[in-house]
Amino acid sequence: MAQIFHPSTNTISRVTIFGGLILLIVVVTGLATINESPYITEVGVARTQPVPFSHKHHVGDDGIDCRYCHTSVEESSFAGIPPTKTCMNCHTQIWPDSPMLEPVRESFRTGKSIQWTRVHNLPGFVYFNHSIHVHKGIGCATCHGRVDRMPLMWRENTLYMDWCLDCHRAPERFVRPREYVFSMEYQAPADQLALGQKLVKQYRIQKLTSCSTCHR
Amino acid sequence: MSNGMDPAGLLGIAQQSAGGREYWRSLEELAGTEAFKDLIGNHLPRHAAAFTSAMDRREFLTLMGASLALAGISGCLSPAPAPPDEKIVPYVNQPEALVPGKPLYFATAIPVEGYGRGVLVESHMGRPTKVEGNPQHPASLGATDAVTQASVLELYDPDRSRVITNAGRVATWDAFFSALNVELESQRVTQGAGLRILTETVTSPTLAAQLQEILRIFPKAKWHQFDGGGGDYAHQGARMAFGQPFETLYRLEEADVIVSLDADFLLRSPASLRYAREFINRRRIPGGSDEANRLYMIESTFSLTGSNADHRLAIAPSAIPQLARTLAARVGVQISAEQPAISPAQEKWLGALVKDLQAHRGRSAIMPGEYQPAIVHALAHAMNDALGNIGKTVFYTDPVAVNPTNHAESFRELVRDLEENAAQVLIILGGNPAYTAPAELDFAGHLVTSNFNVHLSLYEDETSAVCHWHIPQAHYLESWSDVRAYDGTVTIMQPLIAPLYGGRTAHEILAAVAGQAERASYEIVHDYWRGQNKAKNFDAAWRTALHDGFIAGSALSPRNVKAKPATSFETSEPKRASTGAATKNPPSLEVIYRPDPSIIDGRFANNGWLQELPKPLTKLTWDNAVLMSPATATRLGLTYRVGGTGGEHGTIYADVVELEYDGRRTRGPAWIVAGHADDCVTIHLGYGRRRAGRVGTNLGFNANILRTLDTLWHGASIAVRKTGAQYALACTQFHHLMEGRDLVRAGTIEQYRKNPKFLIERESEKEAPGTLYPGYKYDGYAWGMSIDVNACIGCNACVAACHAENNGPVVGKQEVLRGREMHWIRIDRYHRGEPSNPETYHQPVPCMQCENAPCELVCPVGATTHSQDGLNDMVYNRCVGTRYCSNNCPYKVRRFNFFLYSDFKTESLKPLRNPDVTVRSRGVMEKCTYCVQRINQAKIAAEKEDRVVRDGEIEPACQQACPTRAIIFGNINDPQSRVTQLKTQPLSYGLLTELNTRPRTTYQAKLRNPNPEIENG
Repeated sequence: MAQIFHPSTNTISRVTIFGGLILLIVVVTGLATINESPYITEVGVARTQPVPFSHKHHVGDDGIDCRYCHTSVEESSFAGIPPTKTCMNCHTQIWPDSPMLEPVRESFRTGKSIQWTRVHNLPGFVYFNHSIHVHKGIGCATCHGRVDRMPLMWRENTLYMDWCLDCHRAPERFVRPREYVFSMEYQAPADQLALGQKLVKQYRIQKLTSCSTCHR
Repeated sequence: MSNGMDPAGLLGIAQQSAGGREYWRSLEELAGTEAFKDLIGNHLPRHAAAFTSAMDRREFLTLMGASLALAGISGCLSPAPAPPDEKIVPYVNQPEALVPGKPLYFATAIPVEGYGRGVLVESHMGRPTKVEGNPQHPASLGATDAVTQASVLELYDPDRSRVITNAGRVATWDAFFSALNVELESQRVTQGAGLRILTETVTSPTLAAQLQEILRIFPKAKWHQFDGGGGDYAHQGARMAFGQPFETLYRLEEADVIVSLDADFLLRSPASLRYAREFINRRRIPGGSDEANRLYMIESTFSLTGSNADHRLAIAPSAIPQLARTLAARVGVQISAEQPAISPAQEKWLGALVKDLQAHRGRSAIMPGEYQPAIVHALAHAMNDALGNIGKTVFYTDPVAVNPTNHAESFRELVRDLEENAAQVLIILGGNPAYTAPAELDFAGHLVTSNFNVHLSLYEDETSAVCHWHIPQAHYLESWSDVRAYDGTVTIMQPLIAPLYGGRTAHEILAAVAGQAERASYEIVHDYWRGQNKAKNFDAAWRTALHDGFIAGSALSPRNVKAKPATSFETSEPKRASTGAATKNPPSLEVIYRPDPSIIDGRFANNGWLQELPKPLTKLTWDNAVLMSPATATRLGLTYRVGGTGGEHGTIYADVVELEYDGRRTRGPAWIVAGHADDCVTIHLGYGRRRAGRVGTNLGFNANILRTLDTLWHGASIAVRKTGAQYALACTQFHHLMEGRDLVRAGTIEQYRKNPKFLIERESEKEAPGTLYPGYKYDGYAWGMSIDVNACIGCNACVAACHAENNGPVVGKQEVLRGREMHWIRIDRYHRGEPSNPETYHQPVPCMQCENAPCELVCPVGATTHSQDGLNDMVYNRCVGTRYCSNNCPYKVRRFNFFLYSDFKTESLKPLRNPDVTVRSRGVMEKCTYCVQRINQAKIAAEKEDRVVRDGEIEPACQQACPTRAIIFGNINDPQSRVTQLKTQPLSYGLLTELNTRPRTTYQAKLRNPNPEIENG
């Protein structure tokens, strides 16, 4: 009985099977890479703002504390975006005529708010609270990065749920003493785990991984 | 299969069978008919056919293939493209005290039918989202009712009127003012002889002063009052008994025996929240005393208060005044006339009652109903006097309402003046008389005789449509005003938000009439109170009053009163319309009109939350009906069917009857209410609106067509005819069947005294069976809830509060007909005993937050999980909508978004939402979370202060709203917490514990306090 399949069929089937597998892997990794890439996550992508406000200048050069502008970070879920009045506290005196600051002066004159572009945007079904994280010894820089080195603001982390859980499952890896929460220069010590475990006990940090901690 | 239910047959079965069930929810259930068994066998009756009809393999594959392909397509057409950049819009100058992300609370008061109730309103960044009770206000005590909860939806209602109109065309305030001035100029000449002002009940001191000012400028002008929900009989009764229109107040905490002559004081009273608290405080058995008060109810319709009574006598409305007279004679009031004999059953009942009253002299209270004629009020005053209750349980003050007036007479006079062309300028402040007034008067028709009329109202309603001018009214959350509570306590009302649609207040209209169109409400109210307070520190007093939500010490002080001898008034018969000879064919019945328990006289008709709220006893939504007793329905040959062909839970096809009174006719569905008095029907007002808005228009039928001014609340001989047609009513009574299990447990205090554990021992609760799953360990908190069935009066406040707090959607009548209402907490209503006069029990059922939760095990995507504190978390963003969880839930407390129920589009509804709770989308399961947003906030607040959450610090929305504190939430890991204490009480039990679900929500059994003479005889 004659062969039904030509010998080349072996090659074709091998290529199809292995090729298909490889293609699948490539597609999946490709998609995963895109999903983790700044194209989707916007990590490291500086956002344009109506006023080119520089955290590098205000925090890094001038040494202004985070809380001078983000006033509610210790009391509320929302850290707070400063009202125009806060800008004008200084800028009536410093650079009062700078054309770059015209939108700020205009806002103050007309009473119309400046519309900033949100950089750290969580989905609507996630309820994050700044105040409790600050209280439990999570530094600003832990999530927001070295803001004092960002001329325009960008997102330092993905804000994906697995990123949240990295810390919620093992807070000892990230927690720092409360007095350094607002410090940009703080460097985690070599024995972070030992310090972290001590602080977790001291600050009564719980490993909150229940869904309703953030979703409700 | 016929699903026809014959009430006669049912009654027959019910009467002979103690063997049905002890507790029942509907007559079908009691009778255990075949049709009913079929019905409960089909959990999803509409789809039952799909399971039984043969579907071959080919058809199945076609359907599956199509659905897969369509699923793929829907994936490509993503409804949500990557969101555009979100903007953050900070303040230019941030207000002091405002912390972004944290709500502020402001004290004000909600005026309902003229009387105020203190509230604290939650405001997120300047937008009010939730109304809570003011714990320091005497009429609230921290609680709210359903109407108050829903009032915030009214504020944002997109159907509210937005512009001033003149003859239907958009106009301006200035144009109105100049037009008004022209008319007033001519009125000045005649000293205002043609000027008429029509208001509802007024308690506002500022408004009163303004009215007086206008009557001073225009001495011949007249002020009329007409309130669709009341009639002011109480003041007239007091006038009859004391010569002055005193306000009657009760101190129910001091009363051992309460007799209500048709007084629905738990729901329909300006003090209902307080009375409910005081009434229940004397019945709180677990952990308290084992003495309780006793409530006797004499009424015709089945009211919420009647459902909470220990003894209830259902009699025709025309018999109540006579019974009141008989009762008065028995308790020692001098009655001249001979008392007619009464039936032996009533004789026994009354005898026991009189004995009880005599044994509790000075510790009893007779409460006459708001809608009873003045004579009943006067007799009640005389009885309280004879029993020595005045000054102990019953108090009198000067009237809270400004110028108490007989509304019917006042309105009649206005219509007469219109007829005679004597009322040329008519100013209508609030209310909707063209709809709420009896149709026989043809108020709308008479309006044409006036030269100028203006209507101030929230909506462009029936009255606005026939008035020359319409002015949008500012909502109470947008207004500066003031109002008095039931005891006279004044609240300065402050706005939470600037008027959304440029609404005006009654103060501003009256200022315009007085020639001061430019005065704003704030100025008017502030100046009035400055004039009242001569002290130097007025500003401090003003700020204190605004902060506290009331003016301290402004309650009216009790007066020493002396009742006139009863012989001076008791023979004056209540005025009843002669309505021609009562005909036998068609059968003529007495009729009772009552404001709807949810939407009152129709003023809340466009409020979806209230329309969808199941009415306390009938569990109807979106409709009114002709309520009657089972025996009356039998006599009229009326029946109803459950469901269509197969029977959807929620759909009841009721026989439509035609009602005829004095030649005027209307039609409505008949609804059988166990416990209703025989040979009379009850019709709730507020329906049949023609211009209510997109929600409330054309729902139900309008009973005002039948009413006359003489028969505002009770009428004799209405003709009721069966039409043969049927009408689908959306009723939640047949949902959530629990198939006769012992879910509500009740006994008497007598039994409890003998053996406190008598209700739990009865069924020898066994040790819970084991489980293969490892147990949970709770190191921190373990949240739990205890609900006291004994304290629940069934008022629906918790249901409305839950809906408001958790962004609940309104689904509409069509969906309720399918049993898809979205309330996270429901109130199950059970009956026990004779259908002619049953005992009633109300049981709130939220999620049980089971320890061994059946829902958690079956979710394929982990969208419902057990939290560290023992909550059954529901993760909306994970849910794919399999509904397995709901299917596996023995308590049926999960709710599914079959469609996009939440309104994501209407702009004005967006600010209404609680920003701390996700607005759920289509295809998502949802359920009670014990208000996890409040739990998290309290936990964070506590952690920031390095302490644990205090007992009582977290109040879920239902607990916070509850007038009687029937719901207690707390940490069951803390042996000292109230909830733990309650759970160890001998009356504590869980629902369906035999399933080993180990519910976190448990109940306290109900204890009645019947009079042994009536109960056992």
